[in-house]
Amino acid sequence: MLYFPRWKIFLIVAICVLGTILTLPNFLSRETLSALPNWYAHNRVNLGLDLRGGSHLLLEVDMGAVIRDRVEGLVDSARTQLRNDNVGYTAINPGDRGITVQLRDPAQADTAVRALRQLANTIGGGPLGGGQPDLEVTASGGSVTARLSEIALRERATQAIEQSIEIVRRRIDETGVNEPTIARQGADRILVQLPGVEDPDRVKRLLGTTAKMTFRLVDMNADPSAGRAPPGTDILPSAEGGRAQSAYVIRKKVEVDGANLTNATAGSNPQTGEWVVNFEFDSIGARRFADVTRANVGRPFAIVLDNKVISAPVIREPITGGRGQISGNFTAADANDLAVLLRAGALPAPLKVIEERTVGPDLGADSIRAGLMAVGIGFVLVCAYMIAAYGLFGAFACFALLVNTVLTLAALSLLQATLTLPGIAGILLSLGLAVDANILINERVREETKKGRGVFGSVEAGFSRAYSTIVDANLTTAIKMAILFVLGTGAIKGFAVTITFGILISLFTATVLVRLMMVSWLRKTRPAALPV
Amino acid sequence: MFRLRLVPDNTNIQFMRGRHAGLIVSAFLSIASVVLFFYPGLNYGIDFRGGIVIEARTPQAADFASLRHTLNQLNMGQVALQEFGSPQDVLIRLERQPGDDAAQQVAADKVRATLAQEIPGTTVRRVEAVGASVSGELFFNGMLALGLALLAMLVYIWFRFEWQFGLGAIVTLLLDVTKVVGFYAITGMQFNLTAIAAILTIMGYSTNDKVVVYDRMRENLRIYKKMPLRELIDRSINETLNRTLGTSMSTLLSILPLAFFGGEALQDFGIVLIFGIFLATSSSIFIAAPILLFLGENRLRRNAPAESAAPAANPTP
Repeated sequence: MLYFPRWKIFLIVAICVLGTILTLPNFLSRETLSALPNWYAHNRVNLGLDLRGGSHLLLEVDMGAVIRDRVEGLVDSARTQLRNDNVGYTAINPGDRGITVQLRDPAQADTAVRALRQLANTIGGGPLGGGQPDLEVTASGGSVTARLSEIALRERATQAIEQSIEIVRRRIDETGVNEPTIARQGADRILVQLPGVEDPDRVKRLLGTTAKMTFRLVDMNADPSAGRAPPGTDILPSAEGGRAQSAYVIRKKVEVDGANLTNATAGSNPQTGEWVVNFEFDSIGARRFADVTRANVGRPFAIVLDNKVISAPVIREPITGGRGQISGNFTAADANDLAVLLRAGALPAPLKVIEERTVGPDLGADSIRAGLMAVGIGFVLVCAYMIAAYGLFGAFACFALLVNTVLTLAALSLLQATLTLPGIAGILLSLGLAVDANILINERVREETKKGRGVFGSVEAGFSRAYSTIVDANLTTAIKMAILFVLGTGAIKGFAVTITFGILISLFTATVLVRLMMVSWLRKTRPAALPV
Repeated sequence: MFRLRLVPDNTNIQFMRGRHAGLIVSAFLSIASVVLFFYPGLNYGIDFRGGIVIEARTPQAADFASLRHTLNQLNMGQVALQEFGSPQDVLIRLERQPGDDAAQQVAADKVRATLAQEIPGTTVRRVEAVGASVSGELFFNGMLALGLALLAMLVYIWFRFEWQFGLGAIVTLLLDVTKVVGFYAITGMQFNLTAIAAILTIMGYSTNDKVVVYDRMRENLRIYKKMPLRELIDRSINETLNRTLGTSMSTLLSILPLAFFGGEALQDFGIVLIFGIFLATSSSIFIAAPILLFLGENRLRRNAPAESAAPAANPTP
């Protein structure tokens, strides 16, 4: 027990030295780090958002809107399909998950069912077919119902969230935030973490915009103040402000879709100095845009973003080059943001921020300072107590505690774990818990000494007897922290991680390392009595 | 040579004499805590109730009266203002705004805009806005964590010791946890995710403590085959007393700085942990051990000499 082979000593010392080397980058200045190799300089603890400042946003995709979209589309296509198949109907009513068609002649129910079945999209299946329709069409009496199936709903939700994540990533990349985290959470949520963003308002505005852009004709014959839109049109508010109209009557038919844009950039009009957004279409968009503008010279053409009219310029001449310009009383920032939104594409459904946690960088810096001070004072207090209670053996424990802290930091650095404010609390708490092992050992050694055992025998018995107790005591805490880690969120996870590392590492430092120190000391001094 | 001893060597306190008093006091405190949990209830933080917290630093010492007046005019329900740290630091708490999750965002933005307008130069240092659906889930997950932790402890101790030990530890843990909840109710400290972490930490610490004392009892059960259980438990507690108090001391010393320098969030955490350390230490001695005595009498130990040859009822796995 008390004999350490040379290789074991070497291994223990090597682990301690390696840990120290791995921890060092956390304490070096930026200048020193830049001179070091990259892999080594990067081996640092990640600071959590609460310590370096930044924003944590939890977004929810409005799945209701996704389904509503599909249902509205269904109403439109059902109308066309039924007319083509000569099925007479009195009304098409949209519902939660589908539509109900009231037939004029109940005898046509079968034809209507067949017509509506054609509207279904196939989901699942491979290149050879298979899969199943996303609509369940049933007839009862004089009405036919087409409902989206459960699988279809789920499929839509998955698509919507995946697409949303992609768009969110593109939009955030455009803002130049460093190292953002964008991750799916649960069925309909996206977690966005933005380190160093002090004012998340701009990001939230960018993410809160669906950015569904359409080019539609203005209905010149209707009066927007009439309050009732003629069939096939919408009354949409204007986003222009100033001298422009406050609302427009806009045809429902989408002439050109924003999805056909290939590029958008902010720029200024050389004549007026006004900020504008320049855009380019792909070939399909360019052709359609040319056709529409050729056919409608002299009429206003509305650019609609998220059901607001950005501007409705009058078409002066056909635009055939596939390029255009949006003007509308923009500031430089507005123009830039709009360009970002158009480039990144439209979200399939609106996103809501359902949780926000933002910490300013100076508060983060204050927290680090307070945390480091607390850890420093805690360390000194615990060491003072250990030395007062156990003398030299207490001092051994203190050295082990120092190594424990260093190795914990090394483990956090190696795994690129994130250190949070509760994480610092975890380090502090594990200082207190780690010396528990040494207290157990030292108390055992004392007991054995009192029983009249010799110096070496007492130490040996102390270690071997205390060991199973130590393992039991620490494992229970480790189990709890594992639960906390699995169920906890963000900052709480950090607490669980640091405690778990601190405790597991203490099994090495408090028993193996301390034993090595004690044995070396015993061999060198050959004391007649133990100093505990 | 001077050595700090928390209790003198050869201490022999007959703890089990006070077992009824200990259990009664503990049961009373726990029942009182449960009552306090329902009335007046806990001061749930925004993690669990939803709402908004904004921490702002004003350029000069903040004028709370005018700030309160201005914010109340926004018509956003009760606005709580609190100074913390320095007179320039203001903590603003808003209740959960009616409407959906996004309503919290709208309200938070309004407060920010108002601050910027009313007190130019104000910096918003922290914003937290939690909607209803998120807060509900956080609460559920928090409770689930506590439940699972209890279960895991039961299984672990059951596996490592006899069932009497497992049951004793779990009952003690339940009593401990209710008292911590009562502590939150009495002090009015925010009950949030950090509170769940604190409770789990105290549970971890408490079990750790029980395991050490139980460990010694199990060892002594093997050494002193004929000692009555009551005497044996007392002996075990006394033998481990220096360790129990020593560990409490070292943990206490490590937590103290947290309560003093931890800043708003960690300060509460530190204070609760300090309470928890006292709780866990005392319950190891006055609750866990007496329960074991009740459960284990005649089972863990055959007192009658005639039966002393019989094998132990529950051999250690």
